[in-house]
Amino acid sequence: MATSPYDVAVVGAGPAGLAAAAAALAGGARVALIDAGRQPGGQYWRHRPGDLGAVADLHHDLRTFRSLVDGAAHAVKYFGHHVWTVSGSAADGFAVRSVAGDAEEEVGARSLVLAPGAYDRQVPFRSWDLPGVYTAGGAQALLKGNEVLVGRRVVVGGTGPFLLPVAAGLAARGARVVGVYEANRPAGWARHAGAVARVAAKLTEGAGYAAALARHRVPFHTRRAVVAAHGDDVVGAVTVARLDREWRVVPGSERVVECDAVAVGWGFTPQLELPLALGVATRVDADGSLVVEVDEHQRTSVPGVYVAGEACGVGGAPLAVAEGEIAGTAAAATATGTALAPVPARLRRRRRALRRFAAAMHAVHPVRDGWQTWLGDDTLVCRCEEVTAGEVRAAVDELGATDARTAKLLSRAGMGWCQGRVCGYATACLTASAPGSAPVSALDLQGVSERPIAAPISLGRLAGDAGHNGQQ
Amino acid sequence: MSARFEFDGRAVPFSEGQTVGAALVAAGVRSWRTTRREGRPRGVFCGIGICFDCLVTVDDVPNQRACLVPASSGAIVRSQEGDGRGHLAV
Repeated sequence: MATSPYDVAVVGAGPAGLAAAAAALAGGARVALIDAGRQPGGQYWRHRPGDLGAVADLHHDLRTFRSLVDGAAHAVKYFGHHVWTVSGSAADGFAVRSVAGDAEEEVGARSLVLAPGAYDRQVPFRSWDLPGVYTAGGAQALLKGNEVLVGRRVVVGGTGPFLLPVAAGLAARGARVVGVYEANRPAGWARHAGAVARVAAKLTEGAGYAAALARHRVPFHTRRAVVAAHGDDVVGAVTVARLDREWRVVPGSERVVECDAVAVGWGFTPQLELPLALGVATRVDADGSLVVEVDEHQRTSVPGVYVAGEACGVGGAPLAVAEGEIAGTAAAATATGTALAPVPARLRRRRRALRRFAAAMHAVHPVRDGWQTWLGDDTLVCRCEEVTAGEVRAAVDELGATDARTAKLLSRAGMGWCQGRVCGYATACLTASAPGSAPVSALDLQGVSERPIAAPISLGRLAGDAGHNGQQ
Repeated sequence: MSARFEFDGRAVPFSEGQTVGAALVAAGVRSWRTTRREGRPRGVFCGIGICFDCLVTVDDVPNQRACLVPASSGAIVRSQEGDGRGHLAV
């Protein structure tokens, strides 16, 4: 049943959501904080229920985390609640509907802050569906959230600064990280010295990971990628290869590396289903991700709806915290009918510097189209529906799909359990690469990102049968 | 003495706060599902509830994400074939 409306409902209790909740409370609002996790922190500050002391060494900036948790102490928490839809308007109020076990909850609010975060972006490679191949974030989640190592001999690959803490964390807990394979050249950061210098903490953080990798003798390779996994029922080795500028494999550079686990990540994909359900305006960001358009106050195109963190551009936790504070302040002012003050100069400067850093990160760590040449016709693109690259290409070349949504409808790529969360990006890229197709547009990405039901819910619940026993 | 749940007839230890999927990985179990089309093995991939690769049957309820379900003492966890609803086949 619907509760009496809150002033502000914040969805997501990661860096952005915690900051938004704390700021909205400081602004005098009654705040609901809703998250699928059983405790605050999101993916960035992931930990087991209770204190995160046991994994404190794997975390960064815990002082900020603890102060945000304190700041959000008076929010009404709906933790362990998987939000499956949001609806409403500023005029009529918003409803956030979630499931927690067998129970459904509806939280009403005058304004909404959505801070849904992001997950690892993936590109397919041969046999990437073998057990033992994990996303980089998955390896990190098992470590930080469960204190479990994905393997004893681990290969880390993909692109982006996130590979460093993943490799460092695994090494710190005793895994042998046989190599980090970064597909780009981090030397490219030298061209962005101005963007880095303004956020000194990023330099310190990066240097810390580099030192940790050196201490554990983890080899760091650039312009190289994991292009195939090998094994019958579980991964036993990978092929790594040198890449040219467009990420095609340099012939003769392939090398087989034995391992019992692989962790791969290619940047992040923001979780947009909830903002999209409300019809907010979007754009394609510098990294090729679909993100929400926001203004100075983190306002979306839909009155009363604010978005903060990765969903309005992947940029990391400190940026998410700054955006969350701005969004929470504005959402509280809107809901309580007080005048919206200009964003304080301190926050504006911080957000600008961190966004500049993010832009540099996207420029140094792009995903180049050459990954498509690594695939065999029998390489899976969609893991859920087991749709191969050959089948996606046939939908484009033989059946005439010229956009991602049509390729999805004709091939079933993206129509399974995960609803295209994992393969949506790859399917869009494969479609756009065909002759006669247009480059990946916001509309393409929207077509593979809209999910009217954002979390599993039983048919009985959906039909409003309160007596249903909740089987999914 | 640590807590345990049952997985396909064997006891799997876990510690407080771990998920079913994490406890299985820690016990050296890498896969617990076969796919519907090719019967290929699957286990944890994304680890955060996004990919649905790690589906498992817990206490007779199929299609649970092992990476999200908290491990609990005495739970009966079973590998899952295909859509996990073979018992409904006619």
